Amino acid sequence: MSFGDYMLFIVSAILVNNILLAKFLGNCPFLGVSRRMDTATGMSMAVIFVMVMAGMITWLVQYYVLVPLEIEYLQTIAFILVIAALVQLVEIVMAKSLPALYRALGIFLPLITTNCAVLGVAIININEEYDFVDTLIFSFASAVGYSLALVLFAGIRERFMLVKMPKVFEGTAIGLVVAGFLALAFSGFAGLVSH
Amino acid sequence: MLFEALAIGGLGLASALGLGVAAKVFAVEVDPLVEAVEEALPGANCGGCGFAGCASAALAIASGKAAANICVGGGPEVAVAVSAVMGVEVIYREPDVSQVDCTYSTDIAELKFNYDGVQDCRAAVLLAGGPKVCEIGCVGLGSCVKVCPFGAIQIGPDNLPVVDPALCTGCGNCEKVCPKNIIHLTSVTRRILGFNADYNCLAPCQATCPAQIDIPGYIRAIGEGRYEDAVLTIKEHNPLPLVCGRVCPHPCEDQCRRGVTEEPVNINHLKRFAADYEMNSGKRIQPFCMPKNERKVAIVGGGPTGLTCAYYLARLGYAPTIYEAQPHMGGMLRYGIPEYRLPKATLDWEIQGILDLGCEAKTNQVMGRDFTLESLRQEGYEAIYLGVGCWSSRGMRVEGEDLDGVLPGTDMLIDRGNLEDTPVGDRVVIIGGGNTAMDCARTCWRLGAKEVTVLYRRTEKEMPANQIEIEEAKHEGINFHFLAAPTKLLGENGKLTGLEYIKMELGEPDASGRRRPVPIEGSETVLECDNVIAAIGQFPNLAFLEQDAEAKDLAVTKWNTIDANIDAGSTNIPGVFSGGDTVTGAATAVEAIGAGRRAARAMHNFLSGEEIQVPEDWVHGPKELPQITATPDAAPAGNRAKMPELSVAERANSFVEVELGLTEEMAKKETQRCLQCGLYCYRRKGQDYEAWKWERKENA
Repeated sequence: MSFGDYMLFIVSAILVNNILLAKFLGNCPFLGVSRRMDTATGMSMAVIFVMVMAGMITWLVQYYVLVPLEIEYLQTIAFILVIAALVQLVEIVMAKSLPALYRALGIFLPLITTNCAVLGVAIININEEYDFVDTLIFSFASAVGYSLALVLFAGIRERFMLVKMPKVFEGTAIGLVVAGFLALAFSGFAGLVSH
Repeated sequence: MLFEALAIGGLGLASALGLGVAAKVFAVEVDPLVEAVEEALPGANCGGCGFAGCASAALAIASGKAAANICVGGGPEVAVAVSAVMGVEVIYREPDVSQVDCTYSTDIAELKFNYDGVQDCRAAVLLAGGPKVCEIGCVGLGSCVKVCPFGAIQIGPDNLPVVDPALCTGCGNCEKVCPKNIIHLTSVTRRILGFNADYNCLAPCQATCPAQIDIPGYIRAIGEGRYEDAVLTIKEHNPLPLVCGRVCPHPCEDQCRRGVTEEPVNINHLKRFAADYEMNSGKRIQPFCMPKNERKVAIVGGGPTGLTCAYYLARLGYAPTIYEAQPHMGGMLRYGIPEYRLPKATLDWEIQGILDLGCEAKTNQVMGRDFTLESLRQEGYEAIYLGVGCWSSRGMRVEGEDLDGVLPGTDMLIDRGNLEDTPVGDRVVIIGGGNTAMDCARTCWRLGAKEVTVLYRRTEKEMPANQIEIEEAKHEGINFHFLAAPTKLLGENGKLTGLEYIKMELGEPDASGRRRPVPIEGSETVLECDNVIAAIGQFPNLAFLEQDAEAKDLAVTKWNTIDANIDAGSTNIPGVFSGGDTVTGAATAVEAIGAGRRAARAMHNFLSGEEIQVPEDWVHGPKELPQITATPDAAPAGNRAKMPELSVAERANSFVEVELGLTEEMAKKETQRCLQCGLYCYRRKGQDYEAWKWERKENA
């Protein structure tokens, strides 16, 4: 692929095929940690980190373990196992060698171990038959797209604290409405990249 | 099948092995202290402390970033357990409780902003005070209700949050989320140590009161029949409500917004009503006190400022001892204010309440004679407050002052304080126009003088005495000679027979803004009399300083007052504080009370080993705040309550108290006249909100 192709690939992963708002993966933390901007940014950093790591390891597992052994149909269970172990491993290593980063990511790191967006990206990587470099780029770009949506959403929800809200819309209800609008807005990017 | 199971099992085993090896290789030593602290915490992960779960809270406590008592969910037992792990001492601290400062809800929020062409309190803030957080006007979002982990906050019937103090743990979540900054953590101790700051929503009366009493607060409490709350509200800033309710010149009433169009609210007599309620109920309403810490503090002077300082130090847990030179406590309240204004029994009852909080009183103890600063320090007093007052009378500086029959003004009042009568003749002349002069005149009349004349060198308008005192004196038949000054005292055989005075006229205004009296040449007149009493000012008697090894270094001003910081009472000697008349010169009881509390606060700082800090933004008076000069649409609520009094015939030859106190019915009615002002707003009559909006639209 040329440089231009890569750019298109990245923009497509961030905006057009946003993992959250176009593929609707990872909605649980999207609603759960978006009440405050600082938790949203913390979560975003952890997602970027874990998604890239998970993308790499699952690609290796797929092509060096599952394919040679001809047990591709055990992909899901193998990926869950590997991602969970990986995140734990990273956490242990990081606590020792990078305590500052460990504290910054805090409780968000174990929180997203079994996040469907992480597993989803790993599986998309395989289904789309990306090579290792594509996998790295796609995982990173998807995670950035996820973070973008999460931070935007948190910004909007913080403002909801300051307005008078009809009782029935309070909390998650208005959150879902706004998520819908955000998804609609993101669908406007569809024309950017032709499939 | 076996193969697949083995493959996945192998993958799992490999992961587990990897994790196991990593855990060994990269093992982080968890501080045993952190583990122990985490053990002691309840593990509820409520987040009330502000940390993400008990584990992070434990880390913060162990590393010293948070205090041992941050756990709000577990209560005091957890704090004790954590403190035991951390090896720190557990000191009792009064729990904080959330308090809603705003008295206006969304329903009426917009109704109250229409004045001076500014429609909105936030705009008014910007115009008048520059950018600051407006404390006015709850917007009724209920964020505080949602964020409270303990369900202690509900939105009340008037759309304002109501805090249940029994459930509130003082975690402060509500304070953090409130967008209008109207809900605050507070405690009695914080309030008594607090200053009225310019960012508070202060009513004009509250901003004026030298003691900074929450006046709208206690008026509201009286109006709702919560008399005990009213007494406790007053006692947060003034330990002498019985006294002040009787003798205070109530500068607050001069600023009352009700006074813009009608007579001001009878604030001071409402205070007296609440205080009398306590006295008449037979049960003392004792305020909250911190546990005793047995640290000794000496207070020199048992007057209003000394009593106040002792009262607040006792409430903060110290053990104050008051040294009083006279045989009884009370200072000028006993020896300067006559019985008919402030009965001694009432004063004694009030003082006993203060002593009951854990203050010791030592009477007949004269500084310089019975003790010195040095001896106090040797006895273990860690801080000393000098509130010795103004006890020396200024002389007239005219010929014949040593004649028999010439009396210094305060001496007679001091004798009356000891329940001794000063013999006076039939004709008495009082020199001076202040409250002391009025007290002397009315006392002489009660002692049996037939003809009492007050000589004042300016006109009635310039008299510094309270208007009510002048009126009462006139009722009692006291004569007034205005624009007259004594020039000579005449006598025969060393006994006073008369006084020569010269007539004056008013000339140019002097530095105080009052027109200076100028003598009219050749207008000397002689007034026959048996006694002359000079009540023309008092100053502190600081002779004791010279005999004291330490105190002789104390800085004294050129007016012979002690040079102390007005806001903190601190002097040039560390640990020695001063306030009241000793610092300001002769002033009012309420100013002495304010100084006493400010000094107690500074002494608390000093004794805690902290720097004495005075908040820069505290409000010294109403002039520092924006003013509202009109009160359109204030709901009319009848005339000012008139204090019932003894008839003049009943007062003669008697020292029975003249003012009888408001009845419960009068007091309740008077509370309705209070506009419950905020900084920029006041309560207006119940106009229909929709109609008002429509009307504004029509007019626009």
